[in-house]
Amino acid sequence: MKGPLRPVHRIAVPIKGLIQRFAYVGLVAAAFGLMLLGKADVLVAERIRTQVTDALAPILDVLSRPVATVSDVVDQVRELAALREENAGLREDKVRLLQWQTVARRLEAETKALRALLNFVPGPEASYVTARVIGDTGGAFAHSLVLNAGFRAGVRKGQAVVTGDGLVGRVAGVGTRSTRVILITDLNSHIPVLVERTRTRAILAGDNTEVLRLIRLPPGAEVSPGDRVVTSGHGGAFPPGLPVGVVASVGDAGIGVQPFVERSRLEYVRVVDFGLRGILQPLLPGIPADGP
Amino acid sequence: MKPSLWHRLDALARRLTPFALTLVLVVVSVVPLHIPGFARVAPLLPLIAVYHWAIYRPRLLPAFAVFVIGLLQDTLTGTPIGVNALVFIGVYGVVLSQRRFFVGKSFAVVWLGFAVVAAGAALSSWILVSVYNLTLVAPRAVLFQYLMTLGVFPLLAWVFLRWQRAFLESE
Repeated sequence: MKGPLRPVHRIAVPIKGLIQRFAYVGLVAAAFGLMLLGKADVLVAERIRTQVTDALAPILDVLSRPVATVSDVVDQVRELAALREENAGLREDKVRLLQWQTVARRLEAETKALRALLNFVPGPEASYVTARVIGDTGGAFAHSLVLNAGFRAGVRKGQAVVTGDGLVGRVAGVGTRSTRVILITDLNSHIPVLVERTRTRAILAGDNTEVLRLIRLPPGAEVSPGDRVVTSGHGGAFPPGLPVGVVASVGDAGIGVQPFVERSRLEYVRVVDFGLRGILQPLLPGIPADGP
Repeated sequence: MKPSLWHRLDALARRLTPFALTLVLVVVSVVPLHIPGFARVAPLLPLIAVYHWAIYRPRLLPAFAVFVIGLLQDTLTGTPIGVNALVFIGVYGVVLSQRRFFVGKSFAVVWLGFAVVAAGAALSSWILVSVYNLTLVAPRAVLFQYLMTLGVFPLLAWVFLRWQRAFLESE
């Protein structure tokens, strides 16, 4: 600015500074207020999140495609290099799996016969929605994914998200064309599970690291490294028997579970609709969750 | 002579680029890269942008814009809504108050300043998230994220410097 300040300016400048300072303090207060609101009303926070994610989903969808292509090409080159060993390994696997197939056939027949004897009521059939991962969000403080399928495709809140390897996470928010998934490694993920060998019930908790913790075990429970951990289906949120991980360490620091699913490899996932609404909604319309 | 409409539109578009670029960074940083272990320690790109524009073109990135960027970061990444908004606003305020110190200094000094500011940001977001969840969040990933962000800073800052020299008028 040239020359001495005009009178208007002489007053306007400090006022402007004052307003800016007030605005700044207001923004800080607003940030705190939003945090409190998010803590007090989880649903509202989730709805905002879903709306914003939904609006950005097409952009994310487009952006994630070239990256996925590049990573596919890299994978293919790597696979080409390891083709021989992989073939040998697969042949061995085939022999082993054929044996298992025989066992499975025999057990299937046996189960069918026994079910017929006992008048067994089969659980609901699961159906799947396959979706592409278009956002791998979170960083150090939250572990979540964004999928490119939403309410329109049949995804509902609370459903389990799986790959061929095992459980990925749980649907936290559903938009019309996108879905936010909380990974099992997230701080807020608690899943009822079973230790497959001993049928011991426990809760599998994430803590924002790559390793899960097995907590709430009944006293005297026996767990050893190498035990498989599967979902128990308790609470009705997840179907029972989905593989989750394998016990990696048992010690004073707690029981560590290595998940089967590798986060960086997630490209396509399946959302499981098991026909269960579980703890999230009343079981049937008109009937409260605790029974008629 | 009044500048033509196109001229004014062009100037406006240029002035909007710091904000727009930062928004793009927020969105880009959640695209899955399929690199093992990367997602947890992915650099906090918007923080670099907020720091840079607060030093060089604060008028083009007002506090309100920084707040919006933080909110978008929170809603997209799943951190409690408000945490990054508060941290970014904090960084913006601190840098703005020390702006005279930074302007005209060598790149190394600016980088060192970022190291200090980003450390404060990482620490405060760690505390905020821990208090929010009433549990201590594992600090290792936070540390590595900080180091990653520090490592990416020169690259991104170079791009921003080129950008502002090419397209933005000086303040």
